[in-house]
Amino acid sequence: MYDFLYLALLAGLGVAIVAGPMGSLVVWQRMAYFGETLAHGALLGIALGMWLAWSSSLAVIVVCLLIAALLITFESQQMLATDTVLGILSHSSLALGLIALTLIPGVRTDMEALLFGDILTVTVAEVTLVWLMAGGVLAALWRLWPMLLSITVHEDLARVEGVPVERLKIVLKLLLALVVAISMKVVGVLLITALLIIPAATARHFAKTPEQMASLASVVAMLAVCAGLAASWWVNTPVGPSIVVSASVFFVVVFLGRGRQV
Amino acid sequence: MNNPAVLRQPADASMTALIELQGIGKSFATRPVLQAVNLNLLPGRIVTLIGPNGAGKTTLVKIVLGLLQPDCGRVQRSAQLQIGYMPQKLYIDPTLPLQVERFLQFANADTVECLAALERVGIAHLMKQPVSGLSGGEMQRMLLARALLRKPNLLVLDEPVQGVDVTGQEALYQLIGELRDELNCGILMVSHDLHLVMAATDEVVCLNQHVCCHGTPQQVSVDPAFVALFGAKTALYTHDHDHEHDLHSGVVHGPRSAPCQQDSLRNGFPDKGSTHGGVVSSALQGKNQADV
Repeated sequence: MYDFLYLALLAGLGVAIVAGPMGSLVVWQRMAYFGETLAHGALLGIALGMWLAWSSSLAVIVVCLLIAALLITFESQQMLATDTVLGILSHSSLALGLIALTLIPGVRTDMEALLFGDILTVTVAEVTLVWLMAGGVLAALWRLWPMLLSITVHEDLARVEGVPVERLKIVLKLLLALVVAISMKVVGVLLITALLIIPAATARHFAKTPEQMASLASVVAMLAVCAGLAASWWVNTPVGPSIVVSASVFFVVVFLGRGRQV
Repeated sequence: MNNPAVLRQPADASMTALIELQGIGKSFATRPVLQAVNLNLLPGRIVTLIGPNGAGKTTLVKIVLGLLQPDCGRVQRSAQLQIGYMPQKLYIDPTLPLQVERFLQFANADTVECLAALERVGIAHLMKQPVSGLSGGEMQRMLLARALLRKPNLLVLDEPVQGVDVTGQEALYQLIGELRDELNCGILMVSHDLHLVMAATDEVVCLNQHVCCHGTPQQVSVDPAFVALFGAKTALYTHDHDHEHDLHSGVVHGPRSAPCQQDSLRNGFPDKGSTHGGVVSSALQGKNQADV
């Protein structure tokens, strides 16, 4: 009877689990702006998907990977600061995506659903894709975790110790692109970074090790998904923003609680 | 502080170099940073790179570490070369919760090895502490422990006493000297400090895009190229070390409590035995006054 609700919950939890460790890495490596850029690029991906009649998930993944590749190329040129390059890529792709979507003949896109998520309309196929990709990303992160931490702490030191730093950084960006692609349906392009960063920042207060932070961040993200869906169900608020607001509330509570202890 | 390293004999020429650099040149864009630099690192010898900012010290260290490729010249590494690297500074983002033990484990070490390395550098009690709470000296010792875990035959130490107070610097240099003796490893150090490091060094290489001069600390400190680079007021001094320092930087007077004598006119080799030689740069003197 409430199938759509269970599907929404399943999709949200799948994204939340992978958002924990990925979000922690984004926070540690200060890749928030990069995540934002990928998210904006996702909109362009949707447009591309409609033009070419591809599945939107596939198109989003392709465009995210393309943006990641562009950024890696620009970074290696070292002509502009990374945040400048990100600013160019981010806003160009957002603007281009918005224009492309309005130009598609005969299609009236629900812009709000794209920008802020539309988790209540996920299909079984989409939920399956979310879990498959979340599982894949988690497996990759699990395998590479010690090396990813090592380059987070000190790149040159890791390099001297034989860690393939450049390759890892590329892999991390590609993994982030995958996470953005599956998060899109849940919270929309404008709120994806929030889902990555806020749970990780909330978990930081309780964590003594990087692993504790990553797994606690997953828990916080999952709680936020449940709370957001519940709010949406009872108070009839939009789901994506409700999830992000729930996460923010957790963060504020923890932040204030910490202040009291000190 | 007896047995100053400066009294060591130059290493046997037949000894195989851990790493040998010949005619190294490196430019960034069109700006030359290194020109025709030769460097030879041997087991059991401490070589210190000194030079002003922008002299190419970091670039040369990166070439030794294999992080940068030179534009020209030859780098020959011994097949057994195993480098332990201590970076100049470690900034750990406060959002990353990390304990000292975990930091050391990145060097592929188990708990027992980590503890042994921490014990060797004298901070075993900090094993479970968060890295972000360490003092400057503790941080440097932790970095040194991680370098040791690589079981190195060459230690590359970039400004190893940065952010450490003068007493701590002396202790750290002493530890580095002991490690050299224990491991018989080669050590390449980078330093700004001309005072304490001289006493802990076998060979000084004075770098300013090219090698201005090199040799024992005594030879280098009277070299015209060195004096030109660091100023005429830079002079060799010797002093009798008549007191010991306790752990709180206080001076514990020994039997002879005559004040230390600084003889800025003395340009020869320092007396052997209870004295050690070093160089005081006038610019650095303020910082080191407490110890002189």
